[in-house]
This record gives sequence, structure tokens and C-alpha cells, in this order.
Amino acid sequence: MSDKVEAKTQDAKTLVKSKYKKRSQIYEIAHHMSKNKGAMAGLIILGIMVLLFIISLFISWEQITAINPHARFAPPSRQHWFGADNFGRDLFLRVIFGTRYTLAIGIGSVAFASIFGVTAGCFAGYYGGKVEDIIMRASDVIASIPGMLLGMVVVTVLGQSLQNLIIAVGVQSIPIYLRMTRASILSVRNQEFVEAAKSIGLSNTRIIFTQVLPNGLAPIFVTVTASLGISIIVASSLSYLGFGVPVPHPEWGAIISGAKEFARLAPNLMLFPGIFIMVTVLAFNLLGDGLRDALDPKLKK
Amino acid sequence: MIRYILLRILWLIPVIIAVSLIVFSLMELAPGTVVDAMMTEEMTEEAREELIRRYNLDRPMLYRYGLYMLNLLQGDLGTYDTTGADVWREFITRLPNTLILSFTALIIGTVVAIPLGIIAARRAGTLVDNTVTVFSMIGMSMPLFWLGLLLLLAFSLHLRWLPSGTFDDGIRSLILPALCSSFTLMANAARQTRSNMLEVLKADYLRTARAKGVPEEAVIRRHALGNAWIPIITAIGTSLSVQLAGSVVIEQVFTWPGIGRMAAEAVRARDVTAATGVVIMTSILYVLVQLIVDLLYALVDPRIKAQYLSAGKKRKKRAA
Repeated sequence: MSDKVEAKTQDAKTLVKSKYKKRSQIYEIAHHMSKNKGAMAGLIILGIMVLLFIISLFISWEQITAINPHARFAPPSRQHWFGADNFGRDLFLRVIFGTRYTLAIGIGSVAFASIFGVTAGCFAGYYGGKVEDIIMRASDVIASIPGMLLGMVVVTVLGQSLQNLIIAVGVQSIPIYLRMTRASILSVRNQEFVEAAKSIGLSNTRIIFTQVLPNGLAPIFVTVTASLGISIIVASSLSYLGFGVPVPHPEWGAIISGAKEFARLAPNLMLFPGIFIMVTVLAFNLLGDGLRDALDPKLKK
Repeated sequence: MIRYILLRILWLIPVIIAVSLIVFSLMELAPGTVVDAMMTEEMTEEAREELIRRYNLDRPMLYRYGLYMLNLLQGDLGTYDTTGADVWREFITRLPNTLILSFTALIIGTVVAIPLGIIAARRAGTLVDNTVTVFSMIGMSMPLFWLGLLLLLAFSLHLRWLPSGTFDDGIRSLILPALCSSFTLMANAARQTRSNMLEVLKADYLRTARAKGVPEEAVIRRHALGNAWIPIITAIGTSLSVQLAGSVVIEQVFTWPGIGRMAAEAVRARDVTAATGVVIMTSILYVLVQLIVDLLYALVDPRIKAQYLSAGKKRKKRAA
């Protein structure tokens, strides 16, 4: 009798313990991230960016494109916080309006690259053999075209628009995502639960997307976050070169491109959008670093 | 080892075919043709047709691509559709400019970054370390065209120390573009060096080395750095290949007559032949730099070298 009671309490104890231990991976990561000052700073900056984006929804297209001859090259003042450009358009409003392009490019290019890169990487890693060879060689070819040139060609072919800029940036990230996904899948595909899934007769596609991919998602996630910053830089560089969104759109790189002629007269015109690009990219880099540290047990202190 | 190098060089052939096909067909798909760009008001309908025939625009695209590849097989990159200049000659006259810029940037970047990274790792957690970390974080987040414009604004427009937008001023005109393009590399390499040194500095073999009385200088240089090279080389190699091929931005900002700008101009002018040619050539450069990086791995890490060698031996055994 007493033995039974003891066994029960023992059970209860282990139950409590295991419940304690069974914090989800996401909780662990969040906990680790919250202690990382850099990652938190990045998160706060991104929060501010989202806030600015929401504010930008209240800015009309009229407000940022209307020409105002009286305000030409107005220096930063209470009326024009960042000054006004050569058409007298308020730079602050234009820069705030620009957050939507940057956010769209960030999210859009990641989505585009993931659809192709992660899917192809899954198949390459899971099937191996010929499938893997073909996919990896194709990815190598894309990777050996310099990204900037590929981006320029893609925009030239498709025409200047936000969607096409997103595609041009996304295409460059495909090989990176693909490699990372494949490596991650390789480390998972021979584990028991995959074997179990096979033995109960799940289809390969289903195994890949319900069993293998979710378990290999962590490193892919880090790659995505880290590459977001680079994508934003590439997009603004393409815009700067004139291969981005068409002219009156206040994408940050495009604003700088338009302001460079007046660098002497009004350096504020290229200073502010540049700072915005830098801070946004910095935020993504900090976040990516934090995520990597949180997910990499080797670096845990 | 030689077999490996040969294989990697052979890999260039499919790359060239695929890259040329991708770029050629993409450029062909772009709206508008060279003839549209060359047409002037005074041109008659006949002159237009003559032009169309000259560029084979009345034939299917595959015919033009075949013609292009046939020329390429003979080592002929063709001539500019727009100006008639020889693409290869243009490329080869511009290549040295890009090489000078890239390698100067590479040297500046590495010479600054590696010692910085080592110092930061050895004094982890101090002010020095934090400064280096913040500096490299900012360096990686800065768009290069913006940095270039700021440098131009500060040093040539305001201080008037250095020329802007000229190429003929010898070393003085090299300083700003090289500094600018070394920046990302510097940030990247410093970061990579720091994080790898941090890892290596904890290793047991360093304690062993110190215990047997190796001087600290040699411990760091030979035992620690010797084991931290691979990721550092990766970082530098990636930066270099990006610079060699994709220095479009820097060359545009500093009006530097390199291959990046040549590519941008060709794409902008819808010049199919020139664009395809330049992209093929830069892709070759890109692949070669990657090969050199991979070979450097073997050079700094005997374990990898052994892998190459043993792979060769195995093959020989199997053949025998």
C-alpha cells in the first residue's frame, strides 16, 4: 500500500519535473532573446518601424508628391522636420511614407525566396541522389551570377515597379535559402520520427512538410532574419542605380539618388533616408545575431 | 588535388552555358530592342528594316543565341549592339581598374580587420571589444552607396582634400573608393575574426601550448589564429567576389570606369550582346574567386588538404 503511494508521488514528481522541463523551444528562444540587449534593441527599432508604417497610412500620395515652390530646399525646421527637397516636398513625410516600401521589400523578397529556396532545398535534402544533384547545380548557376547584375537584368526585363524589385531581390536570396534548408534537412532526415512517419505510410511530400521541415526550421529562420538586412541594402542599391521603383515613389534609396545632385546645397536630403536604411538594416542584423546565439547551444555562456 | 582543380574549372562550362542562356533570353524578353533605341526621327522605314536585318531581329531568338554561342566558342564575345565596339576589348581595358580597386580594398580591409578582431577577442567584454563590435555592426548595416556619398561630401566637397568623380588623379582618386569598398569587408572580417578567436581561445590546445611554455605571441599567432582561419577566409572571399563582380554601386558613385559600370551601362542601353558578355565574364571571375577560396582552405588547414589528397588516393586505389 505504502509502496503504491510512494510510487504515485514519485510519478507526480517526475510529472512536475517534466512539465517544467518541457518548455517549448519557442519559449526557450524567447527567453534567451529577452536577455540579449542587441536583439531587444533590434526588436524595439523594428517596432518603431511598424509604428511609422501605421502612421504612414495617414499620409496621402498628394501630400508627398505635390510640388511646393515656396519650400524648395527648406532647411530642417519645425515645419519641415527633415527639410524639403528640390520640389519643395516635405522630406519627413516622404521618408515616413518610404517605410512601406522597405517593409514590403523585406517581407516580399523573403516570401518569394522562401517559396522557391526552402521548397527546393527540402526536396534536395530529403531525396538526395539525382534530385539533389540537379537542384544544387541549378542553384550554383544562379549563385554564380553576381547578384547586383542579376537584379538589374530582372528589373529591366520586368519593368520598374515594387513587385519586380521584390522579385529581383528575392531571386538573389534563393541559393542562400536553398543551401541552408538542404543542410538543415540533411541533419534531420535520418532521425527516428522520420522513419516512423514512413512506416505508417505517409507520403513523401507530407513527411517533408509536416515532419522534417518543422524540425529543421530553426537554422532556416536565422538565415532568413540575417538576410533581411542584406535584402534591404540590395533593394535600396538597385533603387539608387535607377533599377528600383519608378521616380516619384519615395523609396529610401531612390530619395538618396535624387538628392545626390544637391549634396552640397542640402546634405540633409541624403542624410536622413540613409540613416533610416542603416538603422533598419542594423535592427535586422541585431535580431539575426540574437536569434543565432539563442539557437546555437555551442555559443551559450 | 590537380584533378579537383581541373574538375572545378570544367564546371565553368555549364556555368557559362546556363548563365549566357539566362541572361541572353532575359535581355531579349525585355521590352524594346536595340533598333528602337537607335531609331531617330529622320530614319526611313527602309533604314529601319535594314537595321532589323543587320541584328537578325527578323529571325527567332534561338537563331541569335546560337549565333552568339558559336562566336563565343571561338572566344569572340561579339560587339556592342549600340556602338559596335568590341565587348572583349572593352572588358579587358576596364578589368584592371576593377582589380586595382578590389585588391586595394581587400588589403586595407584585411590589414585593419584581422588585428582588430584578435584584439577584440582577447579583451572580450572590455571597451575595446565593444567598440569593435559596434563598429562592425554599423559597417555591415551601411549601404555602400550612401557611405560613398558621405565620404565624397566630407572629403572632396567640404574639406577638398581628395578629388571627386575623377579617375586620372592617380592614387589620390583611388583612396575614397577603396576606403568605401573596404568598409563592408572590414566589418565582416573583424566580426568573423572576433567570434572565431573567441571560440578558439577557449580550446584545450591553447592551454596545452601555454603550459608547455610557448610565448603568448606565438600562441595567438600560430595556435589560435591558425585554427580560426577558415571562417575568416570565407568572409573575405565572399566580400571579394561580391566586390569584383558587383562593384556596380561603388563604381557608379565614384564614376570609376570598371566592369561593374560597364555592366550597368549595357543593361540600361538594352544592349543584349554586351550585357550577356559582361555577365558571363564576371560570373567566370566569381567562380574562380570561389575556387581560390576553397584552395586557400586547404592551404591553411592541413586536415582539408589531407581530405583532398586522400580522395585522390582512394580513386587511384579503386582504379588499380
